[in-house]
Amino acid sequence: MALLQISEPGQSPDPHTRKFVAGIDLGTTNSLIATVREGEVVVLPDASGDVLLPSVVRFEADGRVTVGRAAQQAEIADPLNTIASVKRLMGRGRADVADSPYRLTGGAEGMVRIETVAGAKTPVEVSAQILAVLKARLEETLGGPLTAAVITVPAYFDEAQRQATKDAARLAGIEVLRLLNEPTAAAVAYGLDRNPEGLYCVYDLGGGTFDVSLLRLSEGVFEVLATGGDAALGGDDMDAAIVALWRARGARPESPEETRRLLRAARDARERLTLETEVAVDVAPIYAGRLSRDDLDAAIDPLIERTLVACRRVLKDAGAPVAEIGEVVLVGGATRTPRVRERVGALFRKEPLHDIDPDRVVAVGAARQADLLAGNAGAADMLLLDVIPLSLGIEIMGGLAEKIIPRNAPIPASRAQDFTTYKDGQGALAIHVVQGERDLVAECRSLARFELRGIPPMVAGAARIRVTFQVDADGLLSVSARETTSGAESRVTVRPSFGLSDAEIERMLQDSIASAESDAAARALREQQVEADRMIEAVRAAMAADEDLLAPGEREAIAARIAALKEARGGEDPRRIREEIAALDGASARFAARRMDAGLERAMKGRSVTEFR
Amino acid sequence: MGVTLTESAARHIRRSLDKRGHGEGLRLGVRTSGCSGMAYVLEYADQVAAGDSVFESHGIKVLVDQKSLVYLDGTVLDYTREGLNEGFKFQNPNQKDTCGCGESFSV
Repeated sequence: MALLQISEPGQSPDPHTRKFVAGIDLGTTNSLIATVREGEVVVLPDASGDVLLPSVVRFEADGRVTVGRAAQQAEIADPLNTIASVKRLMGRGRADVADSPYRLTGGAEGMVRIETVAGAKTPVEVSAQILAVLKARLEETLGGPLTAAVITVPAYFDEAQRQATKDAARLAGIEVLRLLNEPTAAAVAYGLDRNPEGLYCVYDLGGGTFDVSLLRLSEGVFEVLATGGDAALGGDDMDAAIVALWRARGARPESPEETRRLLRAARDARERLTLETEVAVDVAPIYAGRLSRDDLDAAIDPLIERTLVACRRVLKDAGAPVAEIGEVVLVGGATRTPRVRERVGALFRKEPLHDIDPDRVVAVGAARQADLLAGNAGAADMLLLDVIPLSLGIEIMGGLAEKIIPRNAPIPASRAQDFTTYKDGQGALAIHVVQGERDLVAECRSLARFELRGIPPMVAGAARIRVTFQVDADGLLSVSARETTSGAESRVTVRPSFGLSDAEIERMLQDSIASAESDAAARALREQQVEADRMIEAVRAAMAADEDLLAPGEREAIAARIAALKEARGGEDPRRIREEIAALDGASARFAARRMDAGLERAMKGRSVTEFR
Repeated sequence: MGVTLTESAARHIRRSLDKRGHGEGLRLGVRTSGCSGMAYVLEYADQVAAGDSVFESHGIKVLVDQKSLVYLDGTVLDYTREGLNEGFKFQNPNQKDTCGCGESFSV
């Protein structure tokens, strides 16, 4: 017997067509599912009343899979087959993961795999197990199938990680309405959309990821101005810092199990220190002692400082002074730590918002967004804009990256740019899609390569090839190239086996700031080199085609200039190359003029004058 | 006769109306659709329409339009919990058959 809910006037659902949609916070430490019932967001608990599902999955030899608290309890006894914090491995290659408590395999290409007694598991499969449990929880609670969900991801997730999250949902039988950045979801949960227009900052320190987002609210619309963070920084690192302190005080864990017991005790002590100022710690026989809030603050201050550096960078990126930030929202369990609140408050010079449970706030926002996308919500048509974390572009001649969609562009986004051929009669064009902030392709991350074929024979520079980049609402990229005269077209959807690692994103961002100057110089040089090559190629082709038009001695003069230009091109001085290009241009100018006359004569031969009116 | 609410139903409706911030009361009704013919309507009511019968039960105004009242007369609306799920249940003496899932019924 179905149980009914009250609907808004005129919106009673038809029987058998009720659509249950949900918001899912697929977290590093815990995962949650929330849905909107009678206009109110409810975070759904399991049968024992817990809303947090520990993101822990245990695989056993007989094929049994346990998820959540039961799996967590087996973590110490069966560490290699009990997978925690799998989110850190999503969309990563083996080479991206430095150290891990698990047995990881996987080649240079493709996603990392975790060896368990039940066989090798990809992070996608492990995440799908977590999602399946949440889905079952909702279906049991609401008595109907889950139609679709909004799943949240850290703002820093690249295409590969987003795709991996989507794959996990598909594997769990959940249609993804949209992937939503976690900080954006938190702002929605706080109903900041009803606040005065202005800038809002979301500080999200979870178990394993740190995100900071600067949102601008104008005319009821949220725009993510800038995002930043560190996807390998969170409460887990705080626990590790506490364990490091205990090691300094004599703790000597002798096995991975013992280390895990210490980590668990560290988390417990940290949580208790939210309300107390000193706690007793007893992890017999490995370690026993006391931990004060001062000890904790000293241990985690360097980690908090790293988050504040990211906050300042985001403010700088967006050119927003601290004084203009209307509210700061705290998200993630680790923000319960008093020291975090204190230092974030000091940076932004205001008390951060923290009245919604920081563990639930992302799921709450995701559920509101899901409700909205499913068309269940009422009048408030809130539109969320997310941004691209790193610029997207293609490789052009000379190994340069041409940015087509710049970093922090709101998505969904679509931009096109025209390119042309480099050689006469060039029939195909290789398109290399890259992501990054640097000017040189070698310093950016390669996302995909494809070819556009069937370009009709034309002189260099005559073809018009329109390259279009489209990023959908989930941040997934498709690139198409179209030669406009022939209509030849080719496209690719970027679905890399793994994308940028978070460390890479961080490093690339830092590099781009640090090396903007040397980049500009390198770019100038490469541009002149490409121009030199193009010029030499063109003059040689002309001389080969119209040898008879060369005046006596002209061939030698031009050849000498080509040789000089080639020598300059081999050097490092863009100015010299430019001068030599001008010299070659001068030496071949009269020859070029004769070619043009001859060409005109050929074209006009045998035609009546009227044709040229 | 008319339509009544159980105490738990009234309590839940009061809470929902308070959270919603506005609304005259609750509208109950039936419309044709579904595999066994009819489906219940359970909505907030923002205004009383011409021809509505208005019942007061545990302090909640319950509105039923004329056509629906034929099928709903004597109905008790209950709010119950079944496992993890909770929601409203129509106890309708006119109802002969439900379609198994209880979302539609025939009279």
